[in-house]
Amino acid sequence: MNYLGIKPVRPRVAIFGFTGCEGCQLQLANGEEDLAEFLSAMRIARFRELSSADEEAYDIALVEGAVTRGDEEERLLEIRDRARVLVALGSCACYGGVPRLKNCFDPVEMNHEVYGCHPRESLPTRSLREIVTVDQEIPGCPVAKVEVERIIQHLIWGLPYRFPAYPVCLECKQRYILCRFEQGELCLGPLTRGGCLATCPRGGLGCWGCRGPAAEPNYGEFIAIARQRGFTLREIKERLSFFGGLEVTP
Amino acid sequence: MKINLSRELPHLARIEGHGNIHLTVTQGEILEARWEVVESPRFFEVMLKGKHYSSAGILTARICGICSIGHCLASLRATEQAFGVTIPETARSLRLLAKHGETLQSHWLHLFFLAGPDFLDLPNLFPLPGSPSEIFQLARRLRGVANRICDLIAGRTTHPVSLQPGGVAVMPSREKLMTLREELHRSLEDIRLTVDLFGSFEIPDFVRETEFVSLKGVSGYPWIGGRLLSSDGVEEAENDYRRMTNEYVLPGNSSKMCRLSRPSFAVGALARFNNNFRMLHPEALLAADRLGLVPICHNPFMNNIAQIVECVQVTHEAIRIVDDLTSHPGDIMAIVTPRSGEGVGAIEAPRGTLYHRYEYDEKGYILRADCVIPTTQNNANIHLDLAPLVRRYAVEGMTDRRLELLCSMLVRAYDPCLSCSVH
Ligand code: SF4
Ligand code: SF4
Ligand code: SF4
Repeated sequence: MNYLGIKPVRPRVAIFGFTGCEGCQLQLANGEEDLAEFLSAMRIARFRELSSADEEAYDIALVEGAVTRGDEEERLLEIRDRARVLVALGSCACYGGVPRLKNCFDPVEMNHEVYGCHPRESLPTRSLREIVTVDQEIPGCPVAKVEVERIIQHLIWGLPYRFPAYPVCLECKQRYILCRFEQGELCLGPLTRGGCLATCPRGGLGCWGCRGPAAEPNYGEFIAIARQRGFTLREIKERLSFFGGLEVTP
Repeated sequence: MKINLSRELPHLARIEGHGNIHLTVTQGEILEARWEVVESPRFFEVMLKGKHYSSAGILTARICGICSIGHCLASLRATEQAFGVTIPETARSLRLLAKHGETLQSHWLHLFFLAGPDFLDLPNLFPLPGSPSEIFQLARRLRGVANRICDLIAGRTTHPVSLQPGGVAVMPSREKLMTLREELHRSLEDIRLTVDLFGSFEIPDFVRETEFVSLKGVSGYPWIGGRLLSSDGVEEAENDYRRMTNEYVLPGNSSKMCRLSRPSFAVGALARFNNNFRMLHPEALLAADRLGLVPICHNPFMNNIAQIVECVQVTHEAIRIVDDLTSHPGDIMAIVTPRSGEGVGAIEAPRGTLYHRYEYDEKGYILRADCVIPTTQNNANIHLDLAPLVRRYAVEGMTDRRLELLCSMLVRAYDPCLSCSVH
C-alpha cells in the first residue's frame, strides 16, 4: 500500500543485548494499544530474546547493555560495520549504567570474592560510544517505550530527534507533583534531562539521574545546596554516580 | 536407531540472557550433553558494598528486567529484617499486589512469547503487518493487565519506584483500584482461553525424579517470606537459606550451581505447585486438573502448565487484595531507623525462590551482600535433565532437528533468566 504515492519503508531492525538486565529490550514488547502496529512497522531481523529467527542483514541496530568482555567488543564492531544506524538503547549502553559501578573496585579482588579460584573474564565497564560511533542514544533505565517509538519514527523518516533541554523539575512543576527535595529527600531532578514525565517523583521517589544531564547542568550549585540541606558528600556522590550519566565532581 | 550428532546450540533464542547447549552423540552414545551459561557477570554483590540502604532496592532491581519487582522486594525485606522494621498491613498488601502483577507479566511473557512459539511451530509470536493473530491479541491483552498492575502499584512496569524501605510510597486512588478490579475480573475469560489453548498443545512426556524447593505456605500459597521447604523433607528457617542452596562453582560456567539432598534440585512454578498445591484457590486447582497437572509432578516440561495454574491463582488473589485495600485502607509507611546487623529476605520470584542477605553498619551502609538467584538453583537440574532426555529420544529414533528442538524446549521450560543468574 502506498501513502501519497510513496511506498512506506519497513526498515530491518536487529536488537542486541550486552551487559545489562534486558529490561530495555523488554520495553519493546510493552504497550498494549499499539504493540501490533509498532512491531509490524519494522521488519525484525533479529531479536534473540523473543525470536529464534536470525537474519544477517539489517538497517537499524538497537544495542542494549554496556561492554564488559572482549567478545562483546568484537561483536559491537561487527554490528557497527553492518548497521546503517546504530542506536544505544538505555543507560547501560549510553553511559555504562549500573554495571559501571563495579569500576571503582579492584578487579582481581572482586572476581575472587564472587568466584573464588575460578575467576571470570570481566573488563572495566564501557559505554558503546567509548568503542564505536553511536548515531543515536536513547537513555533511561529502562527506556520509555513512547520515546523509543518516537525516535524510531524519526529514524525511519530520516529526521533528527531532539531531547528536551529542560530538567525533570519542570515536568514535576507542570504536574503539581509534591517536591521530594522539599520533603527532605535527595533528588537529582534539577540536573537531569526531562522527558520521563517525572516518573520517580510521581511514584514518591527522588530522581536518580538515569537519563543523564539536562542542558547546562549546574553541578557546583546543586552540590552546595544539597550540602546545605544536610546531605553528606558521600550520599551525593553515590547518587551522582549511580547510572554513569552525570559528572561526579569531588 | 543410533544417531551421530554433534551440536553446539550457541546463544539459545527466546530465553532471557545468553546460554549454550552442547550435545555430542556418537553411535547412540552420549559423549556430552551440557548446559552452559555464558552471560557476562556484573558483580552486584561487590557493587552493593558501601551503598546506603536506600539504594539497595533500586540497585538490585537492575539485576533483572523481568523480575525487578521480585529483586526489589527481597532486598527491602532483607533490609527491614536487618533493622527490625515491621511494615504496615496495607503496605504488605500493596507489595503483594505488585508482586502478583510481576508474576503475571513474567509468566505471560514466557508462556506466549518464549515457550509458546515451539508448540505453534513458529520462530516468534510477532504479528504480521495488518493481521495480528488471535493468540497475539490474547497475549497482548493479558500482558496489558499485568503491566497496569505494576504501573499502578510500583509506579512503572519495570524497575519499581514506589516500593521503598518501610513500606510503599503512594496509595493508589480508590477509583483506580476499582478500575483495576474490573480489568482483573474481565481477564479471567482470557485466562480460560489460555487454558484451552495450552490444553491443545502436546507437552513432551519426560520424567526425571528430582527434589523441589520453595517457600512453605502456611495460611496460603507462599509468595513473600516464611520457612523453606523441600519435597525430600528438608525444612529450614528463612535466615538459614544457605543450608538450602549450597552454592558451588563449576569451571566453564559463569553461573554458580546449587544442590541439596541430591546432585540437583528445582525451584519455580512447578516446585511451588508440588510443595503447596493444597493451598491453591479452587479455580486454580480446576485449571490444573483440566491441564493434567497432578502433584507430585516430575516432568520439567509441565513447569509451563504450573505457570498457567499460578496465573489463575494470582488473578484471584489480586482481586481479593484490591477488595481489602478499598474496604480497609491503612498506613503504608513505617519509620526506618538504620542499625548494625544482618537480614535475609526470601521471596518467590516468578522463576523460583530468591534470597537477598545484607550486613549493615550502624549508619545503614552495606558491609556485605549475597544474592542467590532462582536460575542458579535450577542450573544443575537443567544440566542433569539433558542427558536422560537425549538418551530417551535418541533411542526412539528422533531426527536431529527434533532432538535439538526438544533440548531447547527443555531449557525454555525452566524459563531461565541468565542475566539474573550471573548478576
Ligand atoms: S539501562 Fe537499566 S533497564 Fe536498560 S539494560 Fe541497563 S539496567 Fe536494564
Ligand atoms: S521532586 Fe525533584 S525533580 Fe521534582 S521538582 Fe523537586 S527537585 Fe525537581
Ligand atoms: S525521574 Fe530521574 S531517575 Fe526517574 S526516570 Fe526520570 S530521569 Fe530517570
